Amino acid sequence: MSSILLVNHVSKTYQSGSKSLTVLNDINFEIKPGSSVAIVGPSGSGKTTLLGLCAGLDGASSGNIILNGKSLDQLSEDERAAIRNQHVGFIFQSFNLLPTLTALENVMVPLELLGKKNVKPQALELLEKVGLGDRIHHYPAQLSGGEQQRVSIARAFANQPKILFADEPTGNLDEETGAVIENLIFNLNKESGTTLVMVTHDGELAQRTNRILKLKGGKLADDSQQNSNISNSH
Amino acid sequence: MQNISWLLKMAWRDSRKNRSRLFLFMSSIVLGIAALVAINSFGDNLTTQINSEAKELLGADVEIESRNPIPDSLRQFLSELNIEQSEELSFASMVYFPNTGGTRLVNIRAVEGDYPFYGQIVTTPKQAAEEFYLQNNALVDQSLMLQFNAKTGDSVKVGDLSFLIAGEVNKTPGQSAITTTVAPPVFIPLSQLESTGLLQTGSRINYKLYIKFPEGVNYTTFFKEKLEPRLEKEEVRYDDVEERKEELGDAYSDLTGFLNLTAFIALLLGCMGVASSVQVYVKEKVQSVAILRCLGASSSQGVWIYLIQIFFMGLIGSLIGAALGTVIQYYLPQLFKDFLPFEIELFISGFAILQGVVIGVITSVLFALFPLLQIRKISPLKVLRASFEPEQKDRMKYFVFFLVVLFIFGFSFSQLRDWQNALVFTIGLILSALILFGVGKLIIWLVRRYFPTGSSFVVRQGLANLYRPNNQTLILVITIGIGTALITTLLLSQDLLLNKVKMSSSANQPNMVLFDIQEHQVNELTEMTIADSLPVIQQVPIVTMRLASLKGRSVDELKNDTTTNIKNWVLNREYRVTYRDELIESETLIEGEFQGEVQNSNDSIFVSLDKGLSEDMKVDIGDPITFNVQGAMIKTYVGSIREIDWQRVQTNFLVLFPEGVLEEAPKFHVLLTRYEDVNQSAAYQQKIVKKFPNISIIDLDLILKTLDEVLGKISFIIQFMAFFSIITGIIVLIGSVSISKFQRIQEAVLLRTIGASKKQIIRINLMEYFFLGSIASLTGIFIALLATWALAYFSFETAFVPNFGGALVAYIAITGLTVLIGLMNSRSVVNKPPLEILRKEV
Repeated sequence: MSSILLVNHVSKTYQSGSKSLTVLNDINFEIKPGSSVAIVGPSGSGKTTLLGLCAGLDGASSGNIILNGKSLDQLSEDERAAIRNQHVGFIFQSFNLLPTLTALENVMVPLELLGKKNVKPQALELLEKVGLGDRIHHYPAQLSGGEQQRVSIARAFANQPKILFADEPTGNLDEETGAVIENLIFNLNKESGTTLVMVTHDGELAQRTNRILKLKGGKLADDSQQNSNISNSH
Repeated sequence: MQNISWLLKMAWRDSRKNRSRLFLFMSSIVLGIAALVAINSFGDNLTTQINSEAKELLGADVEIESRNPIPDSLRQFLSELNIEQSEELSFASMVYFPNTGGTRLVNIRAVEGDYPFYGQIVTTPKQAAEEFYLQNNALVDQSLMLQFNAKTGDSVKVGDLSFLIAGEVNKTPGQSAITTTVAPPVFIPLSQLESTGLLQTGSRINYKLYIKFPEGVNYTTFFKEKLEPRLEKEEVRYDDVEERKEELGDAYSDLTGFLNLTAFIALLLGCMGVASSVQVYVKEKVQSVAILRCLGASSSQGVWIYLIQIFFMGLIGSLIGAALGTVIQYYLPQLFKDFLPFEIELFISGFAILQGVVIGVITSVLFALFPLLQIRKISPLKVLRASFEPEQKDRMKYFVFFLVVLFIFGFSFSQLRDWQNALVFTIGLILSALILFGVGKLIIWLVRRYFPTGSSFVVRQGLANLYRPNNQTLILVITIGIGTALITTLLLSQDLLLNKVKMSSSANQPNMVLFDIQEHQVNELTEMTIADSLPVIQQVPIVTMRLASLKGRSVDELKNDTTTNIKNWVLNREYRVTYRDELIESETLIEGEFQGEVQNSNDSIFVSLDKGLSEDMKVDIGDPITFNVQGAMIKTYVGSIREIDWQRVQTNFLVLFPEGVLEEAPKFHVLLTRYEDVNQSAAYQQKIVKKFPNISIIDLDLILKTLDEVLGKISFIIQFMAFFSIITGIIVLIGSVSISKFQRIQEAVLLRTIGASKKQIIRINLMEYFFLGSIASLTGIFIALLATWALAYFSFETAFVPNFGGALVAYIAITGLTVLIGLMNSRSVVNKPPLEILRKEV
């Protein structure tokens, strides 16, 4: 497979009453498996919208997105959900853990959705890896922001995804905790050979990826390849 | 369905943090189910009891009944078959209690033989039932004894004869307290009846023969093969055990069916509460569902997780309801004691419990489906941005609505066994909910549109709370409103019925009827009446007759012809006919010409018929009818048709003859008068009964008292059932207050942080619940007024005079209760420091 993600002439327009608002306009790029890409740009430039479209959370108004060899615009919402479950991992700015589930259960969910049996040891191992072996029965409300994001990372890697989408993963964290989380993401990413697509405002964080896509006013303003060492830690 | 065990696991995990709230949702349906299970279980008990005690209820193997003396030939036939017989003659007559001077119209039952063959007449003292046949003794109904302060050993005068009261009757086979309230029985030996002098012209006597089959015969074969063919030939009615079972069974299924519907209303109200709470619950779950969708869960998996929670919640609620219902069932015999002709043996009905649980689960799931369907439409994109997305139209909602309506109709049909009534019930219920919904919406709109910006902060905040996001104003208006509507309709219609009777005897209308007056008594009675300063408003002669032929075809011929569609009652009944030369106030001529007099004996006789009778007889103007007037055949023609207002204390006649025909026929009279006060009436009645013991008197006071007593007993049961709806409304209120607690806390904390006092926050809450209670109860009262008007107009056919006093009491009570419960549930919002609450609740 030549690319894990192919974005082909993608536009997204929202209708608000009689007015239409174009958030993304004719975006084109391709991402190779195993690479890491940062999507940067000012607020309102369409970064999060683009991430949502790439992950199959929403449909493009025009153009085509091919994720892991499958054209998303041909699929129903439930079929896209199945693809997300099998091949995609997510890390969000606001963690988005299920509040009624413990840390361990949150990590188990993607595996259970895959129909796997006896998933507890795998989830435990992941939580150990992110340093939360002693907090597995805690509910999200009982964990700090950093801890919640670590659970979220463990969950994102649980189904061994081919591609990981991260939306401002350190945006809600203090600098020190943010740095720990960054390292965790990059290390795990390297270890598992996953492709990483990350939306961020943080220039330093973007610099750690192989490639930076810069959005401005809904258009792809810059696409720069760089030689960063993703295993490089602070 | 994918991966059931995972769905069950997720439903369980997700519920852990919401148990107390789910329990609150569930509690809304508990009372409805409890009421259903209690009534159905009790109904099963009744059926079993009727089946096992049918003979005791009849007192015999077969009861033969006729308006004429039982033919000797039939008695002979029964004797030849070795059938035991016991005869009873019953009729209405006055009795007089010499000790207190009281008089009352009662049901005289003159019996002989071994009646009852099964079961017993329960008396105090016990042996009185067996001994009273032997001498000049009477058994008097216990309520009558109480009313006239009579004791065993006192005397009671029946007709010309005084009887010693041997005991009081506590229970007779097949009779319930409610039937004895209307016609209290006095038993006397049949051998003494002749001496009372009450068997005179015009006496409406009911002849009964109770029979017992010889030992060892097969009941069904003996009855069907030997007895029934003969009874069919005789002009008698008969009731066998099976028929009695069926009659009683039908009567009680009507009763339990009606009560089940009121229980069902309580359940539906609870389910609306469930739907409303689930609506808020689902809104809070949007983010969780979006996360699950993001992680790869399908839209149906999202719905199933919460549907499973609701299913188990419904199941647990129904099981608790069933357990509570089983306890309530043990109190029902007390509630129904006046309506039951037997002591009931209680047992727990497994079928009723199963039925209650199944209905509980189905209704809670059906109603919860409305909000749950929204889950299908939750986009995974919500995890990235909580942007507003316009609500998408969901056709499934209409389908679910259709299922709900179908279920309501199906349930009401199963209870009412009549599709038209079931349809009226279903439409009525939906219409009430729609009115309440519409009024609720309208008021919220009006408040927003014409918001009283100039009013105080507390009032403005209280009003604004009615339309806060996630408000439950509409659902509370519906649940509390329907509960109020039920109770108020009940109170108002009870008033209506009593008023109707009172109004039937407004100024100058007669309010006392004297009947069974013999020809020779007329003059003296008239004089006595005038001497007592009572007006003789009407004095009506009555001649009894039967139908001989109709349009040239004999009654027998018509009876055998099944194609005529002529109603049986028309052919079989004894007609009580009067004659006069003019129509009276209660009659309106609608067809033909009224003939007041026959001049010549050779002239044709034109009679006037009641409209309903002419329809059931299938006759028109000019059709010939021949009457058998105590042996003499009189040929007449239909001359006119009248519409009669039956609702007055008045003598009205299905058939009216002109003057000049019946004057010489054996007849008796009825006299109508009007008394002004009860003492005058009592003194007059006493005189009449002493002088003419055969004359029976019915007065408005007696009718009112009896009606009041009967209505009181019935309304107590209905109030008991409506109570379930009201309590359910309160539980829904508690549930909705709790569910919006978090929002209220946030608001209260914010207000207190910026300096609002505890008192102000309490007053804001008070205002909100006051507005809510007022909207709900006033709308409920409005529906009740509408329903009572409809009842007055269509059913009772009387003028609608609303009882605004009663409505005001209902308004104050319901609004007060709403405010009280709202404030009690909001205590934790105001009584704790803001920080403590925030830490605990968030």
